[in-house]
Amino acid sequence: MIENEQIRNQIRRLEPSWFENAQVNLSALERRSSTLGTRRSVKKQWQAAWLLKAITCIDLTTLSGDDTPAKVKRLCAKARQPVREDILKELDMADAGLTVGAICVYPTMVRHAVKALEGSNIPVASVATGFPTGLTPLKQRLEEISYAVNEGAKEIDIVITREYALTGHWDKLYDEIKAMRERCGNAHLKTILATGELGHFRNVYKASMVCMQAGADFIKTSTGKESINATLPTSLVMVRAIRDYLEKTGIQIGFKPAGGIRTAKDAMNWQFLMREELGRDWLEPNLFRFGASSLLTDIERQLEHYVTGRYSAGFRHPMG
Amino acid sequence: MTSVKKTISVKEIFETMDYGPAPEASDLALAYIAKNKGSFDHFIAGKFVKPMSGGYFETVNPATEAVLAKVAQGDEKDIDKAVKAAKKAFSDWSALSGHVRARYLYAIARHIQKHSRLFAVLETLDNGKPIRESRDIDIPLVTRHFYHHAGWAQLRNSEFPAYEPIGVCGQIIPWNFPLLMLAWKIAPALAAGNTVVLKPAEFTPLSALLFADICQEVGLPPGVVNIVTGDGATGAALAAHPDVNKLAFTGSTEVGRLIREASAGSGKKLSLELGGKSPFIVFEDADLDAVVEGVVDAIWFNQGQVCCAGSRLLVQEGIADSLHAKLRARMETLRLGDPLDKAIDIGAIVAPVQLQKIQKLVEQGKSEGANCWQPSWAVPKEGYFYPPTLFTDVEPASSLAQVEIFGPVLASMTFRTHDEAVELANNSLYGLAASVWSENINLALDVAPKLNAGVVWINSSNQFDAAAGFGGYRESGYGREGGKEGMFEYLTPSWEQAAKKSMLEAQKLSPQALGEQEGSFVIPSLDRTPKLYIGGKQARPDSGYSYAIKGPKGEYLGEVGLGSRKDIRNAVEAAHKAKAWTTASAHNRAQVLYFLAENLSARATEFENRLVSLTGVSKKNAAIELELSLERIFYYAAMADKYDAQVHATPGRQVTLAMKEAWGVMGISCSDELPLLSFISLVIPAICLGNRVVVSPSQSHPLIITDLYQVLDTSDVPVGVINIVTGQQDELASVMAKHDDIAAMWYVGSEAGSKAVEKASVGNLKATWVNYGKTRDWLSNEQGQGEVYLQKACQIKNIWIPYGEGIR
Repeated sequence: MIENEQIRNQIRRLEPSWFENAQVNLSALERRSSTLGTRRSVKKQWQAAWLLKAITCIDLTTLSGDDTPAKVKRLCAKARQPVREDILKELDMADAGLTVGAICVYPTMVRHAVKALEGSNIPVASVATGFPTGLTPLKQRLEEISYAVNEGAKEIDIVITREYALTGHWDKLYDEIKAMRERCGNAHLKTILATGELGHFRNVYKASMVCMQAGADFIKTSTGKESINATLPTSLVMVRAIRDYLEKTGIQIGFKPAGGIRTAKDAMNWQFLMREELGRDWLEPNLFRFGASSLLTDIERQLEHYVTGRYSAGFRHPMG
Repeated sequence: MTSVKKTISVKEIFETMDYGPAPEASDLALAYIAKNKGSFDHFIAGKFVKPMSGGYFETVNPATEAVLAKVAQGDEKDIDKAVKAAKKAFSDWSALSGHVRARYLYAIARHIQKHSRLFAVLETLDNGKPIRESRDIDIPLVTRHFYHHAGWAQLRNSEFPAYEPIGVCGQIIPWNFPLLMLAWKIAPALAAGNTVVLKPAEFTPLSALLFADICQEVGLPPGVVNIVTGDGATGAALAAHPDVNKLAFTGSTEVGRLIREASAGSGKKLSLELGGKSPFIVFEDADLDAVVEGVVDAIWFNQGQVCCAGSRLLVQEGIADSLHAKLRARMETLRLGDPLDKAIDIGAIVAPVQLQKIQKLVEQGKSEGANCWQPSWAVPKEGYFYPPTLFTDVEPASSLAQVEIFGPVLASMTFRTHDEAVELANNSLYGLAASVWSENINLALDVAPKLNAGVVWINSSNQFDAAAGFGGYRESGYGREGGKEGMFEYLTPSWEQAAKKSMLEAQKLSPQALGEQEGSFVIPSLDRTPKLYIGGKQARPDSGYSYAIKGPKGEYLGEVGLGSRKDIRNAVEAAHKAKAWTTASAHNRAQVLYFLAENLSARATEFENRLVSLTGVSKKNAAIELELSLERIFYYAAMADKYDAQVHATPGRQVTLAMKEAWGVMGISCSDELPLLSFISLVIPAICLGNRVVVSPSQSHPLIITDLYQVLDTSDVPVGVINIVTGQQDELASVMAKHDDIAAMWYVGSEAGSKAVEKASVGNLKATWVNYGKTRDWLSNEQGQGEVYLQKACQIKNIWIPYGEGIR
C-alpha cells in the first residue's frame, strides 16, 4: 500500500515566510467543506471497505477523570477486536488482522494500556503537557512527556500554548514544540492546536506550519474538550498546510481530527477530505487518525447493515 | 468511471481505496418517460396536443447516446395556437388578485419540491449534467425562484403601483439549465400577471414537459403557461408572432442579434441573456486554495456550459506558476463520467455539435501557440465527454481569450497591476459576469465597480439567487432576471401601455441654400448662427452645411448646423472623455443640476419668448413649459442621491449589492413636441445618474436648445457631459444606434424611426428605449418624469460580497 518507507519529519528552522502571509477565506472554505460530502459517495462494498479502513485509523480514546485500569483494559480489548468476528467473516476480512490505529489515554493510564495491548502492535498514545489546557509550567509539561514515553507510549499528543498563537509569538510556540519533540525521542509527536480557541483560520494555518517546522509528526485539531472541536473547515485548513509543507519539504505529515466525530457518515466525509486534498496515502493510519470514542460503534452498525441488509442496533456490538 | 465488475471484493477495495460506482437510480424518471409512451406533445391551453405537422424529433441522453424520447416538432401553426391560448388566458389571469396568483406560484414551488428528485434525474438524463448539480443546485434554485416570485405576485400591486403586465410573453430558453431557465422566465412573467408561451431547447425539452404536468396538477388556468417544443425555427416563429408582447431569450449572442433585428419596431419588449467570456481575476493576496475551488465552480461547473462561466483566468504574474500548479493538481482529482453517478464532478457535453465546437476551438487555441494541459486520466469512449482543459500562455489577442467556448476550457493570462487587470477584464465584447479574488476589501471593492459585468462575485463564483438580478452588460444582453429589477422586465408603465400612435411622421431636411431668406432688407441683426455643442465647445458641423429654422408661420428664424456622422463620432469621443462625471458623487451631480435650474430660471423670459417664436405656443403655455422644465430638473437633482443601490436578501452570509450603474455614454434623440421640456425630460435623468449623453434635439425647433449652450456653460456642467448635435433626427439617430461605443439609446420620434433604431442597435446590442411613434404627454408628470426614466438610464450590477471571520 504505502510503497515508500515514510521519512520521519525532522525539526527544522523556523521559517515565518512559509506562513506569515497565509490567507484563508472563510466563505470559500465553508463552501468547499460543505460540498466535500456531496461531491463524493461510496456505496455497497466500497462503503464497507472504506469504513473498515476508517476503523484502522481510529485512535480509540478515553480521556475522562473517572478512567480506571479496568476501563482502559476493556477499551484495549475492543481495539484488538474492533468488529464482531462473524461480520468480518462475511466481509472476507477475518484474516486481515484488523485493529484500530491506537489507544489514546492519559499518562497514568499508559502502563495499563501497554499491558493490555501486549503482542498486538497497537501503539498506545498518551496525551501530555497539561492536557487539555496546557497551562502548567513547561518544565512539568516536558517531564510529563518523558513520563509517558517511559511508561511505554509510542505516540504523544501534546497541546499547544494558545496564548502564543493568539498573540502572534510564533517563535515561542516553535521553541516549545521543538523542546517537546526532542523529549519524545522515538515516540511520535502529535500537536493539538485546539483550533476552536485560535480566533481565526489564519492562525490555524500558521500554528499548523509552526508545529510541522518544529518537528510534529501529526497535527491534530482539538483536545475534544473545547467548545468547537473537529470540523471540516478546520480540517481543510490544516490539511492544506500539510500539503504546502509536503510541497516545500517532501515530508508527509499526518493529520488527526478529534472531538465530535461520531458517525460513519462523518468518518467518510473526512476520508473524502483526505483523499481529495492530500491523496490516497492519507487514508492509512500512518498518516491519518480519528480521535474518537463513539465512532466505532456507528461504523460497526453500518457494517452489520451491509452484511445483513437489516439496520443494526448499538447493543449488538461489544462495548469498548 | 468504466463499469466495475460486480465481483470486486471488500478486500480488494480495502487496498485500492477506490471510489467505485455510486449511481443515482433512474428507474422512476424512465418510468415517467415510459408512461408517456416515450412520446411528448405540446402543452397548449392546459392540454397536451399533437403537433399540427405530425412531426417529432428525438431527444438523446448525451452520456449514453441512447434516445430518451421523441418530442413534438412545433411549427408556426402550433405557435399560433399556443399564442392564441395565452392571449385568451391573459385577461382573466391578469385580472386575478395578486394573492390568487401568489397561491398558484406557491403551489408550483411546492409541487416541484415534492417531485424534486424526479426533476433532477430527468434533467441529468436529458442534459448530461452531474446529478449532484441538478439535485443540489438546479432544482433547489428552481423552487426558490417560484417561492420568491410567489412573493412578487402577492406584492405586485403595492410594489409596482403604476405598472401593468405586458401580455403574452414568448420565452426561448437554452439547454444548459433547462428547468432553471424555465423558472427564471415563467416565475416573474406569471407573478406580474402575464401569460406565457415557452419554447424549451431542442436538446433538453423533458423537464419543461414534466413542468407542464405540474401546471396541470396545481390547476393552473389553461393557457397561462403553454409549452411548444421544437428547434430554432419554432423559436423564430414564436419571436415573430404578432400577438406576442414580450420576448425573453437566453442563448447565444448570435441568435440574440437575430431576435433583436427581427422584432425591431414590433413594440415587443425584449430581454436578452446572451453569451459571455467572463473574467476570473486573481490577485496575489488571494487565498489560492480557495481560488482553485472557485475555478472548479467557475469553469468546470456544468461542463463549462454556463453563459457566465469564468473562462478567462486573469492571474497576477507573481503567483501564476503557483496557481497553475495547484490547478493542474486539482484537475487530476476531478472525476468525469456517468452524470448519474453521485461522485462525478463533470458529466457529458450536451450534444455532438457542442462537443465538436469545443474540440475545434481547442485545436485553434493550440495552433495559435497557447499551451494546452489536460489531466492524465482518459474520458469514456461512449457518450459525449470532454476533459477539463487549462490553457496557459494565452494572449488577449488569441481566440481563446475572445471567443466563448461554452465548454470546460479555461484560458489563463497574467497581469501586473490592478489597473491592468481591469483593463484586461474589460477587453471583451461581452460583459456578463466577473469574479474577483483578493483578501483585501479595498482592492476588491475598488475593482468591482470598474468591471463591465452585470454580476460580480467577490471571492466566489456562479452564485445565484432569485432575490438578486442576473444579466449582462455589453453584448451579453440586457434585462435582468431575479430580484425587483427582474420584475420590471415583465411589467410596463401603465401610461406607456396606453399610449396611442402619433400622426407625426419624420420630415426630411435639406441643407440651407442661399437666397431663401426673402425680404429682409431692414438693418441686419447681428448674425448668430449656433454651432454644435461638443466637448463643451461650439463646433462647426463637419458637413459645413446649415439648415433653416422656421417659425410656426413659416417665417425664417435662423439657421443651425446640419450635423452628420462625424459630428456624432466627435460627440461620442467627447462624451467618453468626461468619465469623471460618472464617478462624481451624486451630491455633486445634484448641485450641478440645481445650478442649471437656477441659471435657466434667470433667463426664463428669454426662453419663453423663444418658445413662442419657435413653436407658436401662447406665452402662458411657454411659461408652463419652462416652469415644468425647472421642476423636472429639481426632481432629478433630488433623485440623484436617492435612487440608490439596494442590498438584496440572498440566502447565506454575504452582501449582495445591486448597484445602479450609469450606462456610460448614451445617445438621446428628441422629437419636436415641447422642444425644451422634452429635451430636459430625457437628458436630465440620464445625466443625473452619471451618464454622459450625445443628444440630437428637436429637429424643427433646435434654437431653444442651442440657446441652452450658454446656460450649460455657466452651470458648471462639465465638458463633454452633454453634447448636442443638431440636424435631421432619424439620420442622426441611425448613426447613434449604429455606434458601437454608445451603450444605450433613447429615441422619441416616429414609428419608422423607432424601428430603425432598434434594428440598427444590433451592432453592439445596445439597450434601446423607443416610443414606436406613440405620443407622450410631456406636460404630465406621470409620463414625462419618474422612476422609469431612471431605470432606463442605468443598468444594475449585482456585486456578491461574502464575508466572515472566526472559527465556526
